[in-house]
Formats: sequence, C-alpha cells, structure tokens
Amino acid sequence: MTTAVSSELSAELRGFRRVQRLAYECAEAVAARLEPGVTEREAARMQRVWLRERGVRDWFHLPFAWFGDRTAFVNFRVPLQFFPTDRRLEPGMPFILDMAPVFGGCTADIGYSGSLGVNPVQDRLMADLEAHRELILREVRERRPLRGIYQDVDRLMDRQGYANRHRAYPFGVIAHKVDRVRARRFSPHLFGFGTRSLRGLAADALHGHREGWSPLWSPYRFSDHPPRPGLWAVEPHLGFRGTGAKFEEILVVTDSRDPVEGAFWLDDDLPHVRRWAEAK
Amino acid sequence: MTLKGARERRVRTGGVELCVAELGDPRQPTVVLVHGYPDSMEVWSEVAVRLADRFHVVLYDVRGHGRSTAPRPLRGGFTLPKLTDDFMAVVDAVSPDRPVHLVGHDWGSVQSWEFVTVGRTKGRIASFTSMSGPSLDHFGHWIGARVKRPTPRRVGQLLGQGARSWYVYLLHAPALPELAWRGPLGKRWPRILERAEKVPAGAHPAASLPSDAAHGAWLYRDNVRARLRRPRPDAFAHAPVQLITPLGDAFLSERLYDDLDTWVPRLTRRALPAGHWIPRTRPDQVAAWIDEFVTSVEDGRPETKATGRHADRFGGQLVLVTGAGSGIGRATAFAFAEAGARVVAVDRDAEAAARTAELSRLIGAPEAWAETADVSDEQAMEKLAERVHTAYGVLDVLVNNAGIGLAGSFFTTTTEDWRKVLDVNLWGVIHGCRLFGARMAERGQGGHIVNVASAAAYQPSRALPAYSTSKAAVLMLSECLRAELAGQDIGVTAICPGLVNTNITATARFTGVDAAEESRRRQRSARLYGLRNYPPEKVADAVLDAVTRNRAVVPVTPEARGAHLLSRFMPGTLRRLARLNPNP
Repeated sequence: MTTAVSSELSAELRGFRRVQRLAYECAEAVAARLEPGVTEREAARMQRVWLRERGVRDWFHLPFAWFGDRTAFVNFRVPLQFFPTDRRLEPGMPFILDMAPVFGGCTADIGYSGSLGVNPVQDRLMADLEAHRELILREVRERRPLRGIYQDVDRLMDRQGYANRHRAYPFGVIAHKVDRVRARRFSPHLFGFGTRSLRGLAADALHGHREGWSPLWSPYRFSDHPPRPGLWAVEPHLGFRGTGAKFEEILVVTDSRDPVEGAFWLDDDLPHVRRWAEAK
Repeated sequence: MTLKGARERRVRTGGVELCVAELGDPRQPTVVLVHGYPDSMEVWSEVAVRLADRFHVVLYDVRGHGRSTAPRPLRGGFTLPKLTDDFMAVVDAVSPDRPVHLVGHDWGSVQSWEFVTVGRTKGRIASFTSMSGPSLDHFGHWIGARVKRPTPRRVGQLLGQGARSWYVYLLHAPALPELAWRGPLGKRWPRILERAEKVPAGAHPAASLPSDAAHGAWLYRDNVRARLRRPRPDAFAHAPVQLITPLGDAFLSERLYDDLDTWVPRLTRRALPAGHWIPRTRPDQVAAWIDEFVTSVEDGRPETKATGRHADRFGGQLVLVTGAGSGIGRATAFAFAEAGARVVAVDRDAEAAARTAELSRLIGAPEAWAETADVSDEQAMEKLAERVHTAYGVLDVLVNNAGIGLAGSFFTTTTEDWRKVLDVNLWGVIHGCRLFGARMAERGQGGHIVNVASAAAYQPSRALPAYSTSKAAVLMLSECLRAELAGQDIGVTAICPGLVNTNITATARFTGVDAAEESRRRQRSARLYGLRNYPPEKVADAVLDAVTRNRAVVPVTPEARGAHLLSRFMPGTLRRLARLNPNP
C-alpha cells in the first residue's frame, strides 16, 4: 500500500499527520512503561501526562485504556464501562490504548493494541487486521456506500472467525469524522469528550442530516451514502473469546476523481503497518 | 497371571517379600502403579501396556495381595508407615537415582497420598496421579470441618459419603469379611463387578482374589479409625498432583475433593463419567491423562494450558465437529478447544475448516486438524471416518452440527429440494452416528454424540415443512440412539437452538419465489436473526453443559425453551402459531 500524495501533502494534512504521529509515539512510550500491576486508570493518566508535557491542551476524547477481556468489551452494556477502571495488568494480558489529542488545532484519534509479554491470540488478531485496512481503502476508493463497506468488513470478520467489537462503540461506528478544532484557553470536556470537538461533530451531523450524509460511519441507514470528503478516524475492532485488537488512524477522503487521490491513509509509517511489513 | 512381557523381581522389606513387575525401557521416566482393594497389580494390566512404550512402568502387589507375602501377624501389619516402607523399598530397587511418577487407584491412591505427604519421601516422587482414593488425613479434616460447622449442605455431604461407605463398616466386623470373601463372595465377585460396575472380564480380578480381599480387610482395620480420629495436620503434598475423579463412583463422593486445593499447591483436576474401576473400564482415557501429566511434569510445566469451562472433563479428549467452518459448529469447536480437547474441524469449505482448526490451537487445543467433507456424501464420510480413526483415534465426542435451511410452502418444495435438505440435515447425522458411533461403541469406553436439531423439531410451521421434518427426524433419531447406546455409557443429546445469529440465513433456500425475492427474503431473515442477536457461543456452552450432564434434549434460546414447554402442555397453541404466514 502506498500513500499516494505523501510528498505533496498540504500544510493542513501535515498538521494532522504530526499529531497522529505524536499520539502513536505516546502509545509506544506508555506501552513500553506498562508492567504487571499497573491499572487502567494509571495507564490512561500516563498517556494524558505524556501528551500534556508535549503541549496537548484539548482532546477529542480523553485517553482510554482497556486490559484483559475488556479489550474485547466483554459484557459491556453501558457506555460508562469504556472508562478506565482499576483492573490490573498481568503477564500475557492484552491491552489497548486509545487516545484522541488535539494539537495545533488538528485532531488525531488513534488505537494501539499490544500485550504484556507474548499473547499469540492477539498477535493473530493484529495480523488479520491488515486485510481490513486494505479492504476499507479499496472500497472507499470505489466510492461504495459506507454502510455496504461496513457490512463487508463484518463479513470478513465472520469468515476470519472473529466478532465485530466496534459495534459496541456509541452508534456502533467503525469510523467517525475528525476536523480542525479552534484552540482556546478554556477547553472543557464532557464525559471524556472535548466539548469543542463534540460541537464540530454535532454541526456536521446537522449539516449531514439536511444533505443526506452522516459524520458517523455506522451499520445504519443514515450511513447509506458514498464516502464524504474529509478526514475519517477508522477503527475496526476485532474480538475473539475475551481478546480484542484494533487500530485506529485517519483516512483522508477527497473529492478528486482519481481513485488513488480520492482516498488514502494519512500516514503509512505507523506501528501496526511497520509490523505487517516486518512480518513479510 | 502375569503381564505379557513383564520382567519380575522380588523385593524383601520389613518381613515381607513383594512381587514387582516392570515393563518398558528403564531409561525412560518411571511410572509406579499401585493397586487398590480388593485387587492386585492385574487391575493395571490395560493401562500398563498403554504406557509401556513411553515409560518405564513398574507395578507391585501390595503386601498380603497377589504374589507378595503377607505380614505375620496380620493385625498391625498394614499400617500406612509400613506401606510407605514397602514403597520406598520398591522405588529404591527399580529407580535408585531418579524420582518416580506415582499412580494410585482406590487403596493404592489412599496409601500414595501418605507417600506424597510425608517428609521422608521428599525428592523421590516427581508427580502423583490419584484415582478414587482420598487421603485419610484430608478425609478426617473434611469430616471434622463438616461436623464443626454443620450447614444443611454440609450435613447432606456427610450423610451422602456416610451412606457410600457402608462396606467400610462391614469390613471392621471381625472374621465375617474373611469368611465371605473366602466363600461365596469371592466366587461371585467377578460377576458382580461385570454387572454392577460394567468391568469387562479378563485378567482382573486375579485368581488370588479371595486371599487378597481377606488380607486387605486389615488395610481398613489398621488405618481408617486411627487416621479419621486424629488426622495429621501437616498432610501437604510435596509433588504436583493430578486428581482423576470418576463422577459415577458408587463408593466416593466427588465432594470429598472440594477442599483439596488447600493441601495440594499444584493440583490438576480431571473428571470423567464412569464408575469406580476406571483402570479397567476407561484405560485409554486414564493412560492418556497419565501420559500427558507425567510428560508435562518431566518437561517442567506442571500446569495445564486450557482454562475454559469443563477443562477437567474434556482435557485431551478427541472431539469432531461437522459444519465447523462457521456459526454454531465453529463456536462449539472453539469451546471444546478452550477446554483443552483435541479438535477435528470438518466442513465442506476447506478454508473455513482450516481457519477453525488454526484458531482452536491458539486458544488451548493441544492439537487441532481441519478435514474437508460434505456430510451428505456417504463415500466422503466413509473416507473421513477412516482417516480420522487411523490418524487421530476413536472419538470421545461427536458433534453432528452441519445443516442447511429451507423455507417455503409444502407445494412449492420440489422433490429435489426435499432430497437436498434431507441429505444434509438427516443423512449427514445418520452417517456421522453410524460411522463414528459404531467405533465408539466397539471401543466400549464410553463417549458422547451431540446432534444439533432445532426448535423447529417440535414447533410446526407452515413456512418450514421440509426443514422441520428433517430436524424432527434428527430429534427422534437421537432419542432412539440414546436408548440403544445407554448400556454402553455413550450419551446422545439433541440440541434445539432456536433463532441464533449465524449465516444459516445467508445460505438458506426459499422455495416458490424468483431469485430477487429469494435474496430479499434472505436479507429479511438475516436481519431478523441479527435483531434477535443470540450468539452461537451460548449454544456452544449449552453443548458442553449437555455433554457433561448427559442431557437428552436441550432447547437453548428462551423461545426454544418456551416452545418446548408448549409442545408438552399446550400443543394446541403451537398448532395455531404454526398457521401464521410470515410472508403474506
């Protein structure tokens, strides 16, 4: 897979790529510091502190951390269960770090999966996510309706033997739009989500509702439209018997007629992509 | 009677001479098999030959049994310390430099608990596998705990075990047991074993039975009262222990081992549905578990990997699932894999079967294989059975799950449609039961067959005449086969899932409509099943539960359970529901 226009990324996209890289650096730094006994709350705080030290002041959402079978959202019924708990990390346990910092007005939303020591099941899940990254890009370039792509991802997961766990996210989304956020000194958050980002999302939802599209990429009818130009944070999430794995990164959709320039991953130099390349 | 190919020697110790038999290569790890009461080393003959190609197998007749001599006088000659002396003498003779793996059944296990919990054997025992014989010290503490705090449940447990121990009281009577054993009981014992315990005739019991049983009464008289009254407070095991519990044991309650974790730091639990004499009735399973446990201890990993539900019951068992490429079949294969079973995943989609096998290995199956076969193809199934039996062995659990959907009015269902649905849904099950069940019965060591029927088997519907007919046939087939195989300890279960979120809707055929309408109806039923969203994993859990409890008919989803109740008590309601037309 190649990023088509990486050489000539506009200044704006470069800003988004910078913050996405920063977030992944944070994930790798925090993951390296995780050890047995660390709780989800502590891991979430480590991410927050790391990013604050590097100038992040606003968030699309505050960092999450899930350990053990919480990576597969086992028995999740209400959204409050997404928030970090006092679950402690044990050897061999899978974990997922998920954060969405805003930096210089640009938003990133990333997901990083790993395990403390070896976890063959999660390794397998991560390896199988590669096919989803390819499938999503290919079908977005074909301008298939988002709802149809969602169902194709579902079918691929089913064939692979896994469960769709992004269905557990609010509105069952596999992706959502991200946008520029104006930097202000006062940036409050509500239930873990930055109010300024939420406002952007709500405005988009309102526009979209009038024009027949939605900033949320879901399995429902309101996503039955071709990909809308903009930045989409895509997060396919696989679950398999108490182990989960995901990646999350920004897919750029433009209104260009050329399929390659019409959609591309913002950055191909990310930990999970490097891992797949190394495995080959 | 001696064991075929066994090397014999006599070991003198403490005034008796013990008869010791050895099989296999002495350079391999040594496994010492200790027999119970009223038995002699012949009780192990089936297990010993199965272990002999991997291990150095040592058997000995306990003092006063078989061809070992009895102490004089008998009273006081069978105390646990003296039995420990015997064991140490045997071990020093057969394996002077390396610790041995100890296996005990019945009284052999009772005395082995003493060996593995006293200090002087430390470093001489590498592992211990216990069958049907608790430590008298643990037993004493178990009774004590229940007498001191007699909750209703604990009193029930006490009474239950108290009733099972009737023979212990009789054995304490003077002279009478000896008279009985040397008289009529000794003569009839093999017949009694065969009838009550289904112990197959053969080398066991040995000809020495009357004197074994008469001498062995002193095992009880010398130890039981003393130990139960004053159990040792420090009876902690100093080696890893594997506990194999026969769930149908007429003499020992499985509750006896509830508190065992406090005495044994490294405990592996196994359970199997069988009577007391498992070395005779289940030699394959017993030998396989001993082999696995001894090998894992030798390799330095004394804990088993599988952690799923019922891992004690299915660890190492061979399970075959048809239609394992998706849906309920795949989930069932995974559930068995998590319980540590060896899984054969069969599907007509080779890629999907391979995927199931691969993931099964990842989550705990020690081995898993993919096989491609269409269950409706008799020749393919015969080939499959041949391959499975030669390459992997006789099945312990067979899950006939493969099935297809067919909806539409009776008059739009063509004979071709009928043939297809019956070929897969009914004939697939028949082939499976016939080919794999026959070998299971022939082996004579139990097993289980699970046939996945449907709630449609008892819920009539104008929309599903062919499908419901095929599933009703599967239900009745399961019930009949259950009756036939009951005598051979093979259970048969019919699972009736109900609406479960699988891809059966995506492949189902809808008769009497054109292709566009068919695909529309497929989508609609897929949406309905998706909205119901009952996960196949829960059906898989129901399958494992049904096998462990040997249940006959298991409706799974609430609506399947409801319909099952209605079919018994208010069939008229079901008939009225059957008239509803889902596609008016």
